[in-house]
Amino acid sequence: MMADLFMLTALCILISVAGALIRAWRGPGRADRMMSAQLIGSGGVGIAVLIAAARSEPAILDVALVLALLAAFAALAFVKTVTPEGAGDPEADEAETP
Amino acid sequence: MSVVEGIIAGLLVLGVFFYVAGTVGLLRFPDTHSRLHALTKADNLGLGFIVIAAGLHWGDGWIAGKLALVWLLTLFAAGMAAQLVARAALKAEGGE
Repeated sequence: MMADLFMLTALCILISVAGALIRAWRGPGRADRMMSAQLIGSGGVGIAVLIAAARSEPAILDVALVLALLAAFAALAFVKTVTPEGAGDPEADEAETP
Repeated sequence: MSVVEGIIAGLLVLGVFFYVAGTVGLLRFPDTHSRLHALTKADNLGLGFIVIAAGLHWGDGWIAGKLALVWLLTLFAAGMAAQLVARAALKAEGGE
């Protein structure tokens, strides 16, 4: 019974992640679309943890770890494309300006 | 339905609530930065509740430690990503 509860929770989170796609569709700026991708990443981590708990399978936790890592790298890649010279780091800007 | 299962069910409901709050925040907030604020914090709180529920359900200490690591990694990743995306959005708008 408990495993079904975990699966039901995973379904609810999947639906909420699907809701995030609306922002990806409508998002005015590129940052908004990136945010919906980031929410899909963290929602995916939640779903992976839930399925791992439902099936008591430690291997799926590794999936959650890798997904969390890749979501971070996706955000990094996006920032690198928008601000190539540095991630808008104030210290870096001060170094260039004087 | 023992007490522990009741606690697990309550934690799961809280987790789903905060995930849904994150998604609603992402859809309803007016500008980019407030959306970023809502998205990053609500999701990690939801994940924290889910991790605690999964740890209780699983019962194994090592697995609970691994779950906590997943949550810590997501916290750091989201904090870092939120800072960078906010700066990128600020630069894209040209504001300083």
